[in-house]
Amino acid sequence: MKDKIARWTLLVIAFSAVLALLLITFFIFQQGVPLIFKAGLKNFFSTQWSPTHGKFGISSMIVGSLMVTFGALLIGVPLGLSCAIFLTEFSSKTLQKNLKPVIELLAGIPSVVYGFIGIIVLVPFIREHIGGPGFSVLASSIILGIMILPTIVSISYDSLLVVPGTYRAGSLALGATKWQTVTMVLIPAARSGIITSIILGMGRAVGETMAVIMIAGNALKIPHSILDPVRTITSTIALELSYSVGDHRMALFACGTILFIIIIILNIIATKLTRRT
Amino acid sequence: MAKISIKNLNVFYKNIQALKNINLDVETNEILGIIGPSNSGKSSLLQVINRLSEMNNSKVTGEILLDNESIFSLPINSLRKRVGLIFATPTVLPGSIYKNVTYGPKLHKKFKKSELDELVYFALNTADLWNEVKDRLQESASKLSGGQQQRLCIARILALKPEVIMMDEPCSGLDPISTAKIESTMVSLKDKYTFILVTNNTKQAARVSSRVAFFLSGEMIEIDKTEKMFTNPKDKRTNDYISGRFG
Repeated sequence: MKDKIARWTLLVIAFSAVLALLLITFFIFQQGVPLIFKAGLKNFFSTQWSPTHGKFGISSMIVGSLMVTFGALLIGVPLGLSCAIFLTEFSSKTLQKNLKPVIELLAGIPSVVYGFIGIIVLVPFIREHIGGPGFSVLASSIILGIMILPTIVSISYDSLLVVPGTYRAGSLALGATKWQTVTMVLIPAARSGIITSIILGMGRAVGETMAVIMIAGNALKIPHSILDPVRTITSTIALELSYSVGDHRMALFACGTILFIIIIILNIIATKLTRRT
Repeated sequence: MAKISIKNLNVFYKNIQALKNINLDVETNEILGIIGPSNSGKSSLLQVINRLSEMNNSKVTGEILLDNESIFSLPINSLRKRVGLIFATPTVLPGSIYKNVTYGPKLHKKFKKSELDELVYFALNTADLWNEVKDRLQESASKLSGGQQQRLCIARILALKPEVIMMDEPCSGLDPISTAKIESTMVSLKDKYTFILVTNNTKQAARVSSRVAFFLSGEMIEIDKTEKMFTNPKDKRTNDYISGRFG
């Protein structure tokens, strides 16, 4: 009898998380999808965003989100991967033990602080030394690149660490240098974990809102260079939701739907790739 | 002339001395068996000759000569190409059988596809594995059985065209048939290569090696022709070990 009660209680609690997810999914789609049909796909994927005048084009935001995310990966992946490789293969145990928690601490810094640092340091620097208004794709990419570092470092690190030691010894004994061993044996062996880390990092970059609002400039147009300001899907939702009504509000939910679909696709890819090995 | 000549070799790991003043010559084209209980420094010796010990903070004094040239002055990857090491557990790399064999040679030199194919045939055939895997060269090497994996490791070393092949208890995890195959491979190859065989199995040393050295707690107790060692050892400890009275 006690077992049964425990079982059912735990079941209900366990499913509450799933239930929350289902409710969120249902709510977002229920609020967002009707508008996409009402406005028509052509309108919805145009570049004209003026929701109070019936123009719901979100292309420039999708492009903005993608550019910022891609830029973040360009910066975060090489940095994060080299960091993970250094920690597992080239550093001493003590350095490893001290450095990894420090990198993971990066994940604990609130995103508003990243945005703040971006405004105070990065934006003026870009404006003065590289050009443009400073609030730009470049600034957001750099900040996001740093923000996704802990995800990339810790997952890549773990997957490199579980590569069997025999691979290292075997490769070195054949006359490979340490670097050849890393590039030709260890990275291929840890491939699925590394790809997962990149995709989860990508998910984080797509979804990040606060830091991006603060430094991206939020201009509603398709950027022509990385020094142009840009607005992402998440920024639009956060900036406009508080005063939106009617179709405008629905349009923001439609943005959420698109964002949701992007994240789901990324997650499915990540799960598929991890399972393959 | 000795192929490998070891002079006054001492090896320390932190506070532990793994090898104590070893003096040992390995002759060209012999199979030198090294026997002794665990912790006697046998594996350390192989790791020092291959300079893999440099990975784990060891301190080495003394000299090791390969063809009269100090191994410590040779570039590390060319040393490891000339002196191959096979481990107790098969160390197949991720990827296909074909890739496992070509991995080593490709590190040192560029090859044409046809040359690689030939090399793969030569290596697998010499290691007595070709007939078993010729139809599935592109399959993952980790699918092979333990004995096949170990022979693949031997093939991988052979593909490098080494001069010395060192084996660290190569048959410790294998069944008698696989063991027999590896032993016969060794014997058939000894005209072309020099072997150092570390083994826990004294009978194996008796079967394949031309000379045997007995190690105990980091010291080399004695070295002699195999027949002499097993019939009439000089040192009582050797006799005790061989007859199974301790170890």
